Amino acid sequence: MNLLPGVFNYLVVVFLMMAGFYVVIAHGNLVKKLVGLGLFQASVFILYITMGNLAGGQAPIVAEDLTLYSSPLPHVLILTAIVVGVATTAVGLALVVRIHEAYGSVEEDEIHAKDLADDMPMQQPDPADKAGDGE
Amino acid sequence: MSLWDHLPVLVVIVPLLAGPMCVLVERPRAAWGVALVAAWLSFAIAAALAVQVVDTGTISYELGGWAPPWGIEYRIDTLGSYVLLIVTAIPALVLVAAKRSVVHEIPEELIARFYGAFMLAFAGLAGIVATGDAFNVFVFLEISSLASYALISMGRDRRALTSAFEYLVMGTIGATFILIGIGFLYMMTGTLNMQDLAERLPAVLDTNTVRAGFAFLTVGIGLKLAMFPLHLWLPNAYTYAPSVVTAFLAATATKVAVYALLRFLFGVFGFEFALREMPLDDILMILGLAGILTASLVAVFQEDIKRMLAYSSVAQIGYMVLGISLASPTGVIAATLHVFNHALMKGVLFLALGAVVYRIGGVSLRDFAGLGRRMPWTMAAIVLGGLSLIGVPPTAGFITKWYLVLGTLEQGLWPVALLILLGSLMAVVYVWKLVEAAYFEPVPEGAAKVREAPWSMLLPIWLLVGANIYFGIHTEVTVGMATQAANELMGLRP
Repeated sequence: MNLLPGVFNYLVVVFLMMAGFYVVIAHGNLVKKLVGLGLFQASVFILYITMGNLAGGQAPIVAEDLTLYSSPLPHVLILTAIVVGVATTAVGLALVVRIHEAYGSVEEDEIHAKDLADDMPMQQPDPADKAGDGE
Repeated sequence: MSLWDHLPVLVVIVPLLAGPMCVLVERPRAAWGVALVAAWLSFAIAAALAVQVVDTGTISYELGGWAPPWGIEYRIDTLGSYVLLIVTAIPALVLVAAKRSVVHEIPEELIARFYGAFMLAFAGLAGIVATGDAFNVFVFLEISSLASYALISMGRDRRALTSAFEYLVMGTIGATFILIGIGFLYMMTGTLNMQDLAERLPAVLDTNTVRAGFAFLTVGIGLKLAMFPLHLWLPNAYTYAPSVVTAFLAATATKVAVYALLRFLFGVFGFEFALREMPLDDILMILGLAGILTASLVAVFQEDIKRMLAYSSVAQIGYMVLGISLASPTGVIAATLHVFNHALMKGVLFLALGAVVYRIGGVSLRDFAGLGRRMPWTMAAIVLGGLSLIGVPPTAGFITKWYLVLGTLEQGLWPVALLILLGSLMAVVYVWKLVEAAYFEPVPEGAAKVREAPWSMLLPIWLLVGANIYFGIHTEVTVGMATQAANELMGLRP
């Protein structure tokens, strides 16, 4: 039973990682993609925090008769990684807002369809179309 | 300590501080001025560092005075100073051309923030090269990536937004893979300092944890590198980004990823493990060749010239990967040389395309009809850049192809050498398409009269053209530094 908690955390990491990855790949909705991406990143946070832990270890605070303590470094690293994750999500959501303004949709297939529709007329009447998107 | 001793960190701090300053000054011209001064300042610092490294050897800088491996170490060796030189030179030149181009392509109220993001991306790229700490690589990678997502999304076409989003998703997966890889290495060694990692890893190399970490790091960097077949984000991102952003990213971002790959494969894991024990040499060689051939082939059929050159970038990355896969000094020399030389040629080509967008408004093949007479100086620069891309002597591109072919022949891999030449041949085809349109087709009737690009754009373009030819004839500096860097990388753990 003593071993289980350690392994259990890693199993959770793998499950979350794959679940997040699957959402990123399988979902056409851009917001859901970002949720999957967040899940994927969060699994790595747990990975780091787990590796810093020590069975029976205590918080690394200077105190008398404290010999066994968890490594604080992974926690500090992951604080940085969390900030990065928040920034990524923020930039991603900002992009989704702009995409919604430009396309009126956040579904990948609808956006692709609109891009294709854009491309079609551009191939035939050259000068007229170019006057439109040139300066 | 005098200011002189702080150069390794100043090369990162100057652009990092310039970023928020650009946003604070708000006025477009002032923001441009701040960015330009900061970029040239860090180029001067990088040049001073290069001189120092060549004279006295590797510089180690203790951030905050904490000795490594406890503190973060900034470490500039020959390879670092060499890559730093090109990573700071390109934005300095691009910013000269940016003044007119950015006013033309980006809404006025966004210009200050554009320069802010530009400087942050620059600081991140310089940081990846300067640092000697594995976790710091991840942090700087994300700083530069987040800033470049914002930069790409400022393109005029609405597809810039979707391609920036695509890049964000793939880039974040890549960066997270790198984070997992670094985590596994930390788990086994308890250190993040690259020097320290290189010393401690041999004892634990034969574990699955290290192998998994190795795989995650390679794939993660491969995504950032746009290594075939992980390149899917690149063509769209380069096509729809504003012209100066494409010139800047094409010439620096993937180069820094090549640097990170070299650093981890050779500096941290040691090439014996990375390329001999693990089957990565074969994998990289196959992927490199596949990248060269397929991307060149796709480039031949592109109508949009920016997209054509983006695919050509994927092919050129294939040459660098191929050089690394040889795991020989000559191969590494070829890869490091190509990092430098490819930055020079793609800098010319994308900046010249920026000038074409500025005057003509578009860069599809149609827009190039008769351009040789309408914008002779710009078009001449494109031709010279294209020749360098093909690898015609006496241009810089020839030097790298020469070393690459030499490296493959050294190992008796003549079919690979033939495939490299085939790749160059395809480059001839797509560059010729441009030449044909520009010089042999008449100017379309009713086309508005256009003038030559303004001198502020021609100056950086022709400086880069000059560099392409200079480094094709005077190879002492580049080949000398690349040889030194390759020896350091290969000799670290003989």
